[in-house]
Amino acid sequence: MATQSSRTAARLMVAPSVTVLFIWMIVPLAMTLWFSFRVYRLLSPERTGWVGFRNFAWFFNSPDFWLTIVNTLALVGGVLAITIILGVLIALLIDLPVWGQGPLRILVISPFFVMPPVAASIWENLFMHPQNGMFAAAAIGLGMKPILFLESYPMSSVIFIVSWEWLPFATLILLTALQSLSSEQLEAAEMDGASALNRFRYIVLPHLTRAITVVILIQTIFLLGIFGEIFTTTQGGPGSASTTLPYSIYKQAVIAKDIGRAAAGGIIAVILANIVAYFLMRSMGKNLDA
Amino acid sequence: MARAVSTRRKLFYTAAAWSVALLIFFPVLWTILTSFKTEASAVASPPELFTADWTLDNYAEVWGRSDYPRFFWNSVVISVGSTLLGLLIAIPAAWSMAFVPGPRTKDLLMWMLSTKMMPAAAVLIPMYLIFQRTGLFDTRTGLVLALMLMNLPVIVWMLYTYFKEIPVEILEAARMDGASLKNEIIYVLTPMAIPGIASTMLLNIILAWNEAFWTITLTTTKAAPLSAFIASFSAPQGLFYAKLSAASTMAIAPILILGWFSQKQLVRGLTFGAVK
Repeated sequence: MATQSSRTAARLMVAPSVTVLFIWMIVPLAMTLWFSFRVYRLLSPERTGWVGFRNFAWFFNSPDFWLTIVNTLALVGGVLAITIILGVLIALLIDLPVWGQGPLRILVISPFFVMPPVAASIWENLFMHPQNGMFAAAAIGLGMKPILFLESYPMSSVIFIVSWEWLPFATLILLTALQSLSSEQLEAAEMDGASALNRFRYIVLPHLTRAITVVILIQTIFLLGIFGEIFTTTQGGPGSASTTLPYSIYKQAVIAKDIGRAAAGGIIAVILANIVAYFLMRSMGKNLDA
Repeated sequence: MARAVSTRRKLFYTAAAWSVALLIFFPVLWTILTSFKTEASAVASPPELFTADWTLDNYAEVWGRSDYPRFFWNSVVISVGSTLLGLLIAIPAAWSMAFVPGPRTKDLLMWMLSTKMMPAAAVLIPMYLIFQRTGLFDTRTGLVLALMLMNLPVIVWMLYTYFKEIPVEILEAARMDGASLKNEIIYVLTPMAIPGIASTMLLNIILAWNEAFWTITLTTTKAAPLSAFIASFSAPQGLFYAKLSAASTMAIAPILILGWFSQKQLVRGLTFGAVK
């Protein structure tokens, strides 16, 4: 049905989406690129001009730069690892013959509907707070000293909170994939004497590959830009212990009011995202065909 | 892959699955329970799961102290508005990509998704300046536009995967029976496309409702939605746990209920058609 006229019509129908997305992407990016090579401080607006790569150099030379990059990648990697491993286990558990699978799914999906600032403030205050949090109460009940989660283990605590938010997504997609696995195949393998571990490894896990790829791709897109959870809980601290690249850009722009440096950080973030995207898209593109 | 098992086994599986599910749900449950406690029992040690004196005072006080209806209405306008506008632009695009795919369709879809990979913080300053200059700062129109553009790739993707499942043969059959293009669209395609459009709409309302970067940075008071409302409840220092919980419950309840009712469609849409 693809005649010349319908192809033209098809292009016209795609055009608005592509145009607005292109503008949305290119205009702020071009402005960021422009600012990143200039002096632009809100506190001393009289100073202007080109500074070459000085803004970038400031970022690379700052003692916390590599920590920031490591934190950003640790957040993405940590949350992916936790949500996929726990997600597979929980999906396997819910997929067993159980009563009330519908209500179970509703309970499991709930954290996904909680907006990030609320999720972060619930965990920070009601659970991790060193005086009044539930974890502190549990520690005191067991005769131990309460742990200062957000002070002593800020990055791990943030990874934990974000993992809680994304676990439902991973679990439910993996569960959907599991439910399309035919039981005959598993029963045949069982009759042939395959152990539960081997059945998981050679039948269930290959079947889940595609679902796991989807989880990795979608979550990475959202995890690279995580901001609200850090803003609400640790503010990137103590020191820079839980500062990620997006948060450090925010600090430069809003707290230090140095637009030039923030823009340089923005360009670095775009490059990092592109490196990650390049590897993801290559593996993802393959898995999405079929 | 459910299989027949003995009742005792099923009982054991059920207990295990429910324990895990309740553990995941517990923070939400705890917040809701705390919102009905007095401030004293909210910080009682050891923690009380249920309290003797339930109260609605926290809700009354949060309601009285802040303009909840305005925040709520802003959230509704922004999330529904950005979703509808997004659908308006995305439906023709997804439609033609699904039914008249070109050699570059797959690349185009990947490119759209890749625009979402740019961290929002990276373009904060340009966005802030553009919004200030154009008068969009702290307006609902501005946020509708920003969130529409932010979620457009997801909307196009989801619609594309739904439309792709509509069999082309049915169109050919309708055409053989003499249906005009107009009738084809009204009587054949629209009924088949509605479920996909509906679940795309739901998911994007939820994504827009929970968005907390642009909604906080591009508003001050007038257009601030519930994400800003909750961010304004600063560190409670133990004395305001019940009120914080009440405010939290008020911010998440509408979307939690919407999500519970539509979770089946949501999960299907979320897989981007890659998992059946």
